[in-house]
Amino acid sequence: MNLIRAWFRRLRGIVPNQQRESDFSAELESHLQLHIDDNLRAGMSPDEARRDALRKLGGMERTKQAHRERRTLPLLETIVQDIHYALRQLRRSPGFTITAILMLSLGIGASVAIFAFVDAALIKPLPYANPTRLVDVAEHGVAFPRSNLSYEDFRDWQRLNKVFTSLDAYTGTGYLLATPSGIEPVPAVRITDGFFRTLGVRPILGRDFYSGEDQPNAPATTILPYSTWQHRFGGRGDIIGQTVSLDGNPTTIVGVLPADFEFAPRGNAEFWTTMHQLTNCEKRRSCHNLFAIARLKDGVTLEKAQTEMAAIAKQLEIQYPGSNRDQGATLAPLSELIVGTIRPILFILLAGAILLLVIACVNVASLLLVRSESRRREFAVRGALGASPARLVRQFITEGLVLVSMGAATGLAAGYLVMHLLLGLVSKDMLSSMPYISRLTLNSHVLLFAAIVSLIAAAIFSLTPVLRLPVSSMREALNEGDRGSAGTLWRRLGSNLVIVELAIAVVLLVGAGLLGKSLYRLLHVDLAFEPSHLATLYVSIPRKSYPKDEEVVVITRKILARVSTLPGVTSAAATSVLPTTGNGNTDWIRVVGHPFHGEHNEVNERDVSVDYFKTIQAHLLRGRIFTEQEDHSRPRVAVINKAFADKYFPGEDPIGKKYGGGDLKPDSIKEVIGIVDNVRESSLDAEIWPAEYKPYNQDSDTFYALVVKTSGDEKSLLPALVNGIHQVDPGIGTMDPQTMQQRIDGSPAAYLHRSAAWLVGGFAALALLLGVIGLYGVIAYSVSQRTREIGVRMALGAARASVYQLVLKEAGRLTIVGIVAGILCSIASAAFLRSLLFGTRSWDLQTFAAVVLLLGMAAMLASFIPARRAASINPVEALRSE
Amino acid sequence: MGDKTDVWQGTLALMVLKTLESMGSLHGYGIARRIEQTSGELLSLNYGTLYPALLRLEQEGAIASEWGQSENNRRAKFYSLTRSGRRLLEKETRSWEQTTAIVARFLAPSEDPS
Repeated sequence: MNLIRAWFRRLRGIVPNQQRESDFSAELESHLQLHIDDNLRAGMSPDEARRDALRKLGGMERTKQAHRERRTLPLLETIVQDIHYALRQLRRSPGFTITAILMLSLGIGASVAIFAFVDAALIKPLPYANPTRLVDVAEHGVAFPRSNLSYEDFRDWQRLNKVFTSLDAYTGTGYLLATPSGIEPVPAVRITDGFFRTLGVRPILGRDFYSGEDQPNAPATTILPYSTWQHRFGGRGDIIGQTVSLDGNPTTIVGVLPADFEFAPRGNAEFWTTMHQLTNCEKRRSCHNLFAIARLKDGVTLEKAQTEMAAIAKQLEIQYPGSNRDQGATLAPLSELIVGTIRPILFILLAGAILLLVIACVNVASLLLVRSESRRREFAVRGALGASPARLVRQFITEGLVLVSMGAATGLAAGYLVMHLLLGLVSKDMLSSMPYISRLTLNSHVLLFAAIVSLIAAAIFSLTPVLRLPVSSMREALNEGDRGSAGTLWRRLGSNLVIVELAIAVVLLVGAGLLGKSLYRLLHVDLAFEPSHLATLYVSIPRKSYPKDEEVVVITRKILARVSTLPGVTSAAATSVLPTTGNGNTDWIRVVGHPFHGEHNEVNERDVSVDYFKTIQAHLLRGRIFTEQEDHSRPRVAVINKAFADKYFPGEDPIGKKYGGGDLKPDSIKEVIGIVDNVRESSLDAEIWPAEYKPYNQDSDTFYALVVKTSGDEKSLLPALVNGIHQVDPGIGTMDPQTMQQRIDGSPAAYLHRSAAWLVGGFAALALLLGVIGLYGVIAYSVSQRTREIGVRMALGAARASVYQLVLKEAGRLTIVGIVAGILCSIASAAFLRSLLFGTRSWDLQTFAAVVLLLGMAAMLASFIPARRAASINPVEALRSE
Repeated sequence: MGDKTDVWQGTLALMVLKTLESMGSLHGYGIARRIEQTSGELLSLNYGTLYPALLRLEQEGAIASEWGQSENNRRAKFYSLTRSGRRLLEKETRSWEQTTAIVARFLAPSEDPS
């Protein structure tokens, strides 16, 4: 108890207190007086009395010092002193301090912000019960490593497997929601009954779907995501039991999901319903439209589950050779499905941010070196006055810590801002497919990361100057003429640091160059259609009003006719899937008269209207395009793309040839009437697949896209397009009006490439700036140290040109070594980038050349300024100044 | 146990406490002189070492200080024992007596004739 009290009192003593000090002085003074009085009484002379009193006391100052040390905690007090001293030092050179803190906060801010994204996406567990036991379950075909599951296969898998505690399916869908302001198409998900139980998610209001609620006789029910409840129903407490009209069917709301619920594969869903009514597709084993999730039984590994599911798929393949040929099972951790695509990008960004941080640290370290160089005398003096080497080292460490603490504080603040800035830049579509990103916070992981980074930086900054501490050569350091040797030492260490900086700048610049070039290639990939002046939107025809396919065709004709009369519109067409959406929506074909062994010949299937090719300006290579008259009553026809012709009709003329489904059922047989160019149906970075285009007259659907060519501004046409359709029938839903160019630019492939290119480009620009500043610093310092040498040279007749040469040669050597090292590192690290490159080799010479040129020029500029200063030295003054 | 100064410090603290107990309130110089006198002038104290010891005792709450007037009308800081100081003194005295008793046993002339 007493000890603790004493300790606290001493802790309080840390605060410098003049009163305590003077109090003790007074006490000592009175002590001396009392002693002197006694001594005088004993008969000493006044002088002698005082001398004796002081002698007995053991020295005034020593006593005071002992008392002072007892008053406070000496170690802590010197630390406070060191911090005071460090702050004073930093304040005395504001230029250095501000530069150092800016660089540090830049490096720390960037890496913290990127790390927060990494944390949100890759480190935080998915918000489900025991998420590592969840797996993504899908089929795989010849062309698709992960393809949709057919409903009947799914039910068999569910029944036969012994490795999952539960297996549930989901599929995206859309409903026409009746709202007070009219019909609105909304994205939704249809699931099997146990879906939420498999995830381990419980509704916060109402109930989960009952077991069996996905059976045909079950009533229509829906569970709302929290956001739908809030935005569409005002968060009303009495929502359970209310009905909504989905596609005209009254549907009972039975539950509300928690606010933090998310399911990235269907992130934008506004309603969750059951598969109680099967679609036509779901009634056929050969039609694939589902994905599934499952929870592994305890003790079952992913490999074991994969093996068992493969065996089940094999069994079904034997049982149903027509539909299930080559249809295997594929399993992966659910997290892989959700964050798998973004992982490489995040790692590359994190690597970029950390490289930037390293450059910033190196820059600050070299600044510290320069400073320690100019403070050699100061430290020598302090050493000569009795400061122990340990005390001097501690001073450096304190200064490093103070600097890093300030840098870390501002860096964290900057990182926080950047995090939210970046989050704001992510488009809404992207955000709904990556809902985990919005969980981004400055949490304990991020703070821990920042702390580790700061500690490393602090260690570097404390140790760099310590290495240069003139402990052994104290006397020489006190010498005025010492500069030469110290300068050489500094130049060796400092210039090595600059090489590191330049090399990192090269790596980042090369990375940015390659990513930039990939982006350019991606955005300029051959589309084989003209995306400009195209307005697009999705249309959803209510089945209730138009139950027959013929009626859908008629209303589609009406819509196209109405839209064509809008001002500026030159042509309008419908397609089941817009170009650049991605490979998929496929058909299995078999050419009549060709050998066939039951293989699945997968081709993209598109139902388009007559003017489709004219509207998107795709070239007809051979044959003709179907006419409006070719409808259900006429023989089936198809236009195929060039890839189709090349793959399935090698060396023949496909026109007039016939093909059909695998079983060549009479109603599946189509005649090829034309060949069009390879219109890019695939996403920008994927390969072109064979494609068939069928007249929508012969195969209509209630959900399709409109493509409208205009002579004017396509963007301003979009609202008119929506209005025009609603004039035909206000019950028709319209969705997602965008121009074709917006779709291409905003497509996931373009988006990911663009964000990677811009962010790495940003890092590279900063790295270039910092690297060049570092080079400038080294050269400028070297020139300032060699002023006398240069003065002597010039006094001895050296021409200004040779002085330029002297300085530029030094800078050139550093730059060349840095660039060469950087290029080597880039080549070594290129494999890391390869997954993100498109149409660009990782050793792209053009990019390398551009980087070398850019960095070389920047370096020249940075060294020219000090070289000029060196050349303009006045020899007389240079010599006099020493 | 600790090194020599620690022992000395502890002993000095005990002496200070005992002095204050018998004398009541006393200033630093008085305490120092009193210790020397009590020791029969065998101890020669370096007066400066007394003050950190006093400060320590004060920090631990064993003594309290107050400015006052000395017998010959000088201003001086007077120290006096607190309640917890009295308890400390009792404890320290007991432990010191125990220690000396033990040491005395070791140093006592052996009773074994051989």
